[in-house]
Amino acid sequence: MGTYYNPEDLPKFPDIGQEVPELAQKFFDYYNAVFAEGALTAREKALIALAVAHTVQCPYCIDAFTQSCLEKGSNVAEMTEAIHVVTAIRGGASLVHGVQMRNVAQKLSM
Amino acid sequence: MCPVPSSLALEPFLHTLQVHGLKLARERTTTLQVNVGLLCNQSCLHCHLLAGPGRAEKMSADTAEAVIAYARRSRFETVDITGGAPELNPNLVRLIEGFSAPYRRLMFRTNLSALNDGTREYLFDLLKIHRVVVVASFPSLNEAQADSQRGKGAFLSAISALKKLNAIGYGLEGSGLEINLVSNPAGAFLPASQKEMEKRFRQILKQRFGIVFNHLFTFANMPLGRFRRWLVRSGNLEAYLSRLASTFNPCAVDGLMCKTLVSVSWDGYLYDCDFNLSRDLPLGGQKVHVSEMKGRPQPGSPIAVAEHCYTCTAGAGFT
Repeated sequence: MGTYYNPEDLPKFPDIGQEVPELAQKFFDYYNAVFAEGALTAREKALIALAVAHTVQCPYCIDAFTQSCLEKGSNVAEMTEAIHVVTAIRGGASLVHGVQMRNVAQKLSM
Repeated sequence: MCPVPSSLALEPFLHTLQVHGLKLARERTTTLQVNVGLLCNQSCLHCHLLAGPGRAEKMSADTAEAVIAYARRSRFETVDITGGAPELNPNLVRLIEGFSAPYRRLMFRTNLSALNDGTREYLFDLLKIHRVVVVASFPSLNEAQADSQRGKGAFLSAISALKKLNAIGYGLEGSGLEINLVSNPAGAFLPASQKEMEKRFRQILKQRFGIVFNHLFTFANMPLGRFRRWLVRSGNLEAYLSRLASTFNPCAVDGLMCKTLVSVSWDGYLYDCDFNLSRDLPLGGQKVHVSEMKGRPQPGSPIAVAEHCYTCTAGAGFT
């Protein structure tokens, strides 16, 4: 294995159903239902997925949902803003824990 | 210049049609598409014809008269003027006047920047007088994305032209003056849903610029000409062709424009569509000049197909 991540592996995702197919089927049915047009448009859902893909740092998802966002009419500026949203939340989640640090520090300090 | 592969290992389009039990044959031809030349003020990266400022091919006055005569004797319901930038052809006024008829829908394709270069204000009036349907390229709501495809300044020039067209009545309810936008992807990916894009474009153009239009059409980029060269250069050709072929939609075949359209080149020869013109695949397998055509092509006659036809059958299709 030359690398853990290989672009040619992405189309093999359905092969995961070769074992425990009933669970894979449930997952893919759910997955497809989630991304169907609903109260949110398919374009909006693809933008959310792209942003989350960056948070979970999944190269397969980044590849797939970059293409999906473009094909659903989003542009790179919109996609970049979506990534900034999750970056803000991710960074903010770290920073807000500073309150705990301060609580502990205050308790221990004179 | 990088080498451009003529073909990759795709299933031949004709075979794919056969696998689905489909046959592509001409129906009653209602539309005459007229390519008045390859001269253009822009060198768009997606152009399937390699049109640009350096191209000399343009429809002569004699050929223009022959095409007008053909349109009249065949009584085409629709005539669709395209290029290059049709504005740069010196015979454009004669073509518009010659094609104009009460029974006919006359369409004029424009990149908007050629129309709006400050030297052709008379064209706005001419289009209005003949109630020509304007079909305007407007690829993206994003300035950077639009300019990356069509050249710096193209987006703002298009916005300015659309405002002028609105000001003379185009796109306004009840005016009878129709303006339709065409959006194609700014890269090696398929277009978004036409319905969704139209909704977004309508909302944002109105909100940001006060612009209105009638319809928006989304088309996939054709892997020919300058776009094919870009696909090769950027390493996207194989994946893009595979994407087109893998999204083959048998239901799209029924509505393909080549079944009801005939395209005439700047030098007066006939093709099944503007893309076959780009590939030099003539109507009926041999070059026939418009002056030799007695009438419309016969219904039932075969349509020349090749690898690029996968573009018109991908996803929702290109009809």
